[in-house]
Amino acid sequence: MATSLFQHGFSEKGALIERHWQELNARRRLYSWLGFAVLALALSGSLWFANETNAGKFFDRLPHVFDFVGDLAPRDGMEVIRALFDLASPYDDGSFKYNYPEGRLYLTDSLYVPEYFHKMLETLNIALFSTIIGGALGFVLCFLAARNTMSNRLMRGFSCRVMEILRAFPEVVLAGFFLAILSLGPLPAVIAVSIHTVGALGKLFFEVVENADMKAEEGLRAVGANWTERVWFGFVPQVLPNFVSYFLLRLEINVRASTIIGAVGGGGIGELLRLSIGQRHEAKTLAIVLLLLATIIAVDQFSAWLRRRLVGDQAFRLAQ
Amino acid sequence: MTVIAPARMQDIADRHAGLIKSPFRHRFRVVLLAAGVLLYVVYCWWFFAIGQVLGSANWGIAGTYLADWVSYEVRPSVRIAPDGAMELSYPRSSPLGPDASPDWVDVERAMMMRVKPVAQAVAVPAPAQPSAASSFMAPGAATGGAEPVVSGQTEVRTEEEVVTHARIRIGSAGVIDVWPERVMVEHGGERLAVRLDQEKGVLVEGALPGWAAQKAPGEKITFSFGFSGRGDIDTDGVTVRRRFFGWANFLFDINSPFHGRPMGEVASLVLSGERIDPARSNLSLAWDNILYNAEWQHLDVWTKLLQTIVMAFVGTLFAMLAAFPLSFLAARNITRNWLSNQLSKRLFDFLRSVDMLIWALFFTRAFGPGPLAGISAIFFTDTGTLGKLYSEALENIDDKQREGVKSVGAAPAAVQRYGVLPQVLPVFASQALYFWESNTRSATIIGAVGAGGIGLKLWEAMRTNSDWENVAYMVLLILVVVFIFDGLSNRLRSRLMGRPAR
Repeated sequence: MATSLFQHGFSEKGALIERHWQELNARRRLYSWLGFAVLALALSGSLWFANETNAGKFFDRLPHVFDFVGDLAPRDGMEVIRALFDLASPYDDGSFKYNYPEGRLYLTDSLYVPEYFHKMLETLNIALFSTIIGGALGFVLCFLAARNTMSNRLMRGFSCRVMEILRAFPEVVLAGFFLAILSLGPLPAVIAVSIHTVGALGKLFFEVVENADMKAEEGLRAVGANWTERVWFGFVPQVLPNFVSYFLLRLEINVRASTIIGAVGGGGIGELLRLSIGQRHEAKTLAIVLLLLATIIAVDQFSAWLRRRLVGDQAFRLAQ
Repeated sequence: MTVIAPARMQDIADRHAGLIKSPFRHRFRVVLLAAGVLLYVVYCWWFFAIGQVLGSANWGIAGTYLADWVSYEVRPSVRIAPDGAMELSYPRSSPLGPDASPDWVDVERAMMMRVKPVAQAVAVPAPAQPSAASSFMAPGAATGGAEPVVSGQTEVRTEEEVVTHARIRIGSAGVIDVWPERVMVEHGGERLAVRLDQEKGVLVEGALPGWAAQKAPGEKITFSFGFSGRGDIDTDGVTVRRRFFGWANFLFDINSPFHGRPMGEVASLVLSGERIDPARSNLSLAWDNILYNAEWQHLDVWTKLLQTIVMAFVGTLFAMLAAFPLSFLAARNITRNWLSNQLSKRLFDFLRSVDMLIWALFFTRAFGPGPLAGISAIFFTDTGTLGKLYSEALENIDDKQREGVKSVGAAPAAVQRYGVLPQVLPVFASQALYFWESNTRSATIIGAVGAGGIGLKLWEAMRTNSDWENVAYMVLLILVVVFIFDGLSNRLRSRLMGRPAR
């Protein structure tokens, strides 16, 4: 409608431009369709492959998904509360399914910490401690990798590669390796998560440093400050709010990561969750899921609140 | 120089109380924070019992495990029987095969008359025993080539070829000579001479060099040449572990007809050699041998790696497709309905907060172990995360375009298509790409709980503590894939956002 209105009024040059534009448009559309076709092909191939190599086939298993949801329903609602707070169950038959009071951590003769709360604390500690270690090392490394703080090319390249490899190295392998050396316990998880955090936070920190304002640094250089002084007084004050914001963001991620590492043998709540799902202890599973959900939401909210206070709404833009 | 009168200074101090005398917690903020962190670190030191765990850790084995990543061991062992007959053997899983004769091991052999006590069952076979059972063993295999000379009922005399002297060279690092009653080890200009006595045990002649250790006189001696080799000496034999750099049998395992041949010979066999297996060409045989290599399991590893890639790809793509319409419902400025905003936002929060681990465990139970569980876990988590990010992006759009399209009387769908979509589509695609890349990494780890992909294979290889070279191989593949996807997604994203690639 709109094009027919204008088509008559074109001069010779105008018609040429119009034709070129149409051609360009047609080519763009062709590329778009080609892109979609490739994507659709890749998707259908992937789906077929995934279904072929899965233990159960998708359409065979689909009805049973809901059976499993039904299996998760506990005997009565109070069971979840009892499992969560380690209270004795009336159904206790000596099996692992109902032995909630076992695993209590007694502080005094009558005051105890329920097992799941204790394990949740362990997971939170793994996350926080390894974020602190990773943040501290990433803090040092990012100044060695940024173009405006380090003039030595070799050093810069080296720190960048180190961070890339630490970031890409699978955490499972780190956890497994340290599990073999240090034997069971939460420390392998701490090491694995810390090493990954060094790389991940180092990269984010390094981008903040590269975008920093150089005026303060120039002033310090003019009065003859050495490298440490220039970094400490010229860069740190202006990048610190962003650093803290990224630190908190990473803390949120690490709470999840330490849960997962826990499930593959690193201790903490993740391991208990894997065991209870595997052994069909529905009340225990639900109790752990509830606890995890509450903790993750609480950590996220706390970190969002703190970040908003520190750097304002800017903290919520996507980290590119 | 300006001098401020005390009265004026007081005046300034009164007006800006926070400047001159800032509150305690403001002035000492950094110190307090540092002290807090320090206290927390001390608490964690206690909570995780770090000192104790590090102290009792087996650091010696860490070096061996790390060396296993890039090297392999060959373990010839010389067994010494009480009558002085020696025998050289390799473990069944040896990288050189069980019947290897490497050029760094020299043996001298001689014939020897041996006396063996005979078990009753062999000398007088039970008549009820079916003949088929005994035919598993080739006749004469138990007694060597020579005819048994039976003397009485309890012993057999045979003449056998036995090893009388074995010399094992560990590169330039050392030489180990083994005789039935004597062992000599040379390393770094020092010599360890040992006499083996059936009653008194292992006896050192002279001083024990620094590279050898013995717990008590008569007990077994262990020696170590560093990376290149180590071994132990006991009265019943000497075991040597020589370490070689590299991955053993990476292409062909010891059962393959191509095993142990140099690359040029394999190439000429494949290209123009006579058929080894008459049923098929050498090329297909070689390819088959590589794929089904018993030690490296190339085909299985590649399949699992592809599963991991597929999990990340399909999971993220589906999450994007699901989050796209939902985010329009969740954005306050697009759908002016409080209930639908809240419902979809809480749905996103729920999906995001139930951890990927929980979804992975849940769907592993539902679909059985495999990539379907991984795809579902990534899909559920990322629908929440992407939906949240998308709806935030939608709430921050510039309203002018929408108003412009609306003012010329466009239908509601056209307003979204021409007024909203062009602004957010690059951001949407960029965010999806970012998650695709990061999911390639997380797909590895949820695989370890059974949700398909290479994670489980990695975990199994690590649990035996003896397949670290396979772990290194898989880690290398994962790193390559992650780096490729990292670069790819970075370039696509910077093209979408119109930034120069970094």
